[in-house]
Amino acid sequence: MAEDRLVPAESQKSARIRFILNGEPVDVSFAPYKTLLEVLREDLNHTGTKHGCELGECGACAVILDGEPVLSCLVLALECDGRDVLTIEGLASGGELHPLQQAFADLGGSQCGYCTPGMILTAKALLDRTPHPSHDQIREALSGNLCRCTGYLQIFDAVEAAITEISERKRADEAKQNAG
Amino acid sequence: MAKDENLPKRASRPSRPSGEDLQVIGSARQRVDVRGKVTGQTIYADDISLPRLAHCKILRSPHPHARIRNIEVSRALAYPGVYLVLTGKDLPIEYGILPVSQDETALCVDRVRHVGDPVAAVIAREELTAFEALDLINVDYEILPTISSPEEALASPEPRLHEYGEEGNIHKRVSFEFGDVDKGFAEADEIFEDTFFYEGSNHLAMEQHASVAVKDREGKLTLWTSTQVPHYLHRSLAKVLQLPAGHIRVIATPNGGGFGGKSDPLNHEIIVSKAALVLGRPVKISLTREEVFYCHRGRHPVLMKFKTGVKKDGTITALDLQTLIDGGGYGSFGVASTFYTGALQTTSYHVPRYKFRACRTFTNKPPCGPKRGHGTPQPRFGQEVQMDKIAERLRIDPAELRLRVAVKPNELTANFLQLGTVGLEECIRRVVEMSGWKDKFRKLPEGRGVGLACSCYLTGAGLSIYWNKMPHSGIQLKLDRGGGVTLQAGTTEIGQGSDDVLAAIVAEILGLRTQDIRVYSGDTDLGPVDLGSYSSRVTLMAGNAAVQAAERAKTMLAEGVAEKLQVPVERLRFADGAVFDKAVPEKRVTFAEAVCLGEARFGTIGTVGSYWPPKMPAAQYKGGGVGTSPTYTYSAAVAEVEVDPSTGWLRVVRIWNTHDLGRALNPTIALGQIEGSIYMGLGEALMEEQSFHRLPKKLSHALVHRTPSMLDYKSLTSLDMPEIFTEFVEGPDPRGPFGAKEVGQGPLLPIMPAVANAVYDAVGVRIDEVPITPEKILKALAEKKAGRLPRYGPGQFPAVSWPEPLRVPPPWEGGDGRATNEPPRRPKPDTEKEKVLAR
Repeated sequence: MAEDRLVPAESQKSARIRFILNGEPVDVSFAPYKTLLEVLREDLNHTGTKHGCELGECGACAVILDGEPVLSCLVLALECDGRDVLTIEGLASGGELHPLQQAFADLGGSQCGYCTPGMILTAKALLDRTPHPSHDQIREALSGNLCRCTGYLQIFDAVEAAITEISERKRADEAKQNAG
Repeated sequence: MAKDENLPKRASRPSRPSGEDLQVIGSARQRVDVRGKVTGQTIYADDISLPRLAHCKILRSPHPHARIRNIEVSRALAYPGVYLVLTGKDLPIEYGILPVSQDETALCVDRVRHVGDPVAAVIAREELTAFEALDLINVDYEILPTISSPEEALASPEPRLHEYGEEGNIHKRVSFEFGDVDKGFAEADEIFEDTFFYEGSNHLAMEQHASVAVKDREGKLTLWTSTQVPHYLHRSLAKVLQLPAGHIRVIATPNGGGFGGKSDPLNHEIIVSKAALVLGRPVKISLTREEVFYCHRGRHPVLMKFKTGVKKDGTITALDLQTLIDGGGYGSFGVASTFYTGALQTTSYHVPRYKFRACRTFTNKPPCGPKRGHGTPQPRFGQEVQMDKIAERLRIDPAELRLRVAVKPNELTANFLQLGTVGLEECIRRVVEMSGWKDKFRKLPEGRGVGLACSCYLTGAGLSIYWNKMPHSGIQLKLDRGGGVTLQAGTTEIGQGSDDVLAAIVAEILGLRTQDIRVYSGDTDLGPVDLGSYSSRVTLMAGNAAVQAAERAKTMLAEGVAEKLQVPVERLRFADGAVFDKAVPEKRVTFAEAVCLGEARFGTIGTVGSYWPPKMPAAQYKGGGVGTSPTYTYSAAVAEVEVDPSTGWLRVVRIWNTHDLGRALNPTIALGQIEGSIYMGLGEALMEEQSFHRLPKKLSHALVHRTPSMLDYKSLTSLDMPEIFTEFVEGPDPRGPFGAKEVGQGPLLPIMPAVANAVYDAVGVRIDEVPITPEKILKALAEKKAGRLPRYGPGQFPAVSWPEPLRVPPPWEGGDGRATNEPPRRPKPDTEKEKVLAR
């Protein structure tokens, strides 16, 4: 009977994993039933990842797990031992925004901002996989991420602008290498 | 970044009137708060964690209507990790957003009125513990009969849900007649009578409500919460907690979307505040998505009957509108919503005689309140669909019909609303042109169609919700010697871009960039009062206050600079981060130097600005304050749809729209507001439904939400969005800051009727209710095939015992804004309550 328990379940941090979070190794203990979303937000203080439903319906909690976009509210943290997690906090390098972040900022891709981290990470996973997606592929890839503010169009603009920027940077880098 | 190239091709370029030299206003640029949003640094209420934080969960009623005989909490209290259990007796004082409907308690005292009504709260060391302990609370309910619809409410005066209101389960009834409508109908060549139904919908903000309260180091209460109305919440907390308002600080965290859903003081905000005071430790709550659906305060379901008389040329001779409103279990904004279901039927088309009667009923469902467009999308749908029917019968093009009857600038309407600039005709002409309307209307192949609709909306409610003579918005500026400007405001950033708009106004006047302005908003301790982010009021009201504060600061700096440079004040220009002589631009000081010169002269440079709406002497009759606004915006939209007649499947292919917004202060944000409005309008047109059904009798027979999850409550995804083409209709309104009017709500309004009208053009059936689902289209097509009226929609409007209307002769019949039959006014009904609040 739950009433007899002296230590609440949440305090029983009997699970422990080590994984790579935004490029850095972390070691975290937590209650074993917790989702990746909960561990990120509650045990690792990474609150950039949002929740809108905690049932896998809205996409606000999307992160990148070993290169794949996942809904962190549907992933048990225990499954993440030894794996690689990228959240919105890990996207900028130094003080410089990732082209997706920059484009969302420039082009109205973010209003209230609550869906933005999940939206940007889902878009990043798409671009990592398919550097030059069609407009329809972008729509398809983002269709699990709800946004109530923008009507999505400025989000599409931002993703498309980021694609151009990323490939231009790549070309410039290659040119530099070739010159060197 | 300030580049028009940042605007996509689907939007028109903002106009640049000659002779103006604006550096910030009107440029497409990053909003000031965006970096935090794209990096995950923005702190929303649920992102706040404090040492010793306790967590709160609420036990909610499983019954739609019951008396609480007893609540037994001892087992829950004894559960390890539980700190506190609160019930209704701990928070017995009634509150509500409107002074006339203080009908909620934070926890139900002796009665529950809808499934989800809060009954008890558990505060524990951990959230899961609090959740588990809810099961240990025993509530003894006596089940009461329930009311599931306005029709049932009219038929069942007993048992009453509330002991106040008009009578029985009628919460509010209003009845007006502006001119003799019978005479108007007698002059008509044709009379149209149509009944429409508009289903309710939820805001579905991505962020679920969350709040954190703490008894701070001075022993005072601080509450961080996801609210659109920190000032009204502040007042309610003072009342319910019986604390001096000065000992309460409300901080509205950036809202992860509001849309009206966070405009009431909400029970969970009061509960965590009480718990934090009792426990002396911080307490947090974060509602689940299901709880948000039961907290609701969304779009009212409304049944409407429009009776309109017209001449052969389309001239309207009279309009008689009746609305029946499903209010849910509490008042919320409902009294205002009731007025809004008819206040703006005169502000688009010239209506010489107007009768308007509205009735809001209580039902055993979560309370309805304001959602984007507050009370006006429902009658707008009816009016615009009926206009389409009128145009067809009179064989006049629907755009032409609207142009013939469009209101004129600065008109005083039949119900004494004073219009400002009116861009309606321009909106219609431009949307007709950009959409290729004339080549499409009634000319597309079967299954494809176009529909047109227009709308009008407020730029801020002319009256505050509690009667007072103080300003509606205040702004405070502090200038520092390094050239920094700090702006403090009570405004709430709900995603609409209010921080950016205020920063842009101040930056423009002081010759700075928006990045040079630091905005602190939404904090009742730091900023002067702003009434809140509702009724599209912030840009105009707080914006005008910001203009005043910035102009005052500019005047102070200019004096010091003029002396230093030996240049007359009139020759000084503030631009590019400097102050210089317009004639000899090399004669200049930096802005930081200007601040130092000003500070040396006047002492610390701090200024304030205030905004009062213009006095509204026109509408003197009781109820005439609702619908007043400093100025109004206009929109027009054309929807192009495809309908598959075999399945009823409806696809919106394209939307063209024009919006008369005065001026786009930041076109990137303005476009986002327009496209977001259209998106939300399409959701209501096609799929969104906050609807309820009864569980089987063998279960509980309770009235429950059909779709209380984001999966089942359908909203548009990225795959469902049509192409959208937007033109800003700009014509600066002297009442707005730099000429700006609202842009966040108006563009939603024409979308639902434009889609309905397009469906008719496509397949020849009228869907007189929203959402317009394939099922309804199929049913209407079946009617059409059977040779019956090709329509799906509500039947009769039920008999309502309307009171004698307040008779107000319109301006053109010599009316002075007073009712001819108004009984002597009673003293202001809220005076007593105001005294209580002031104590």
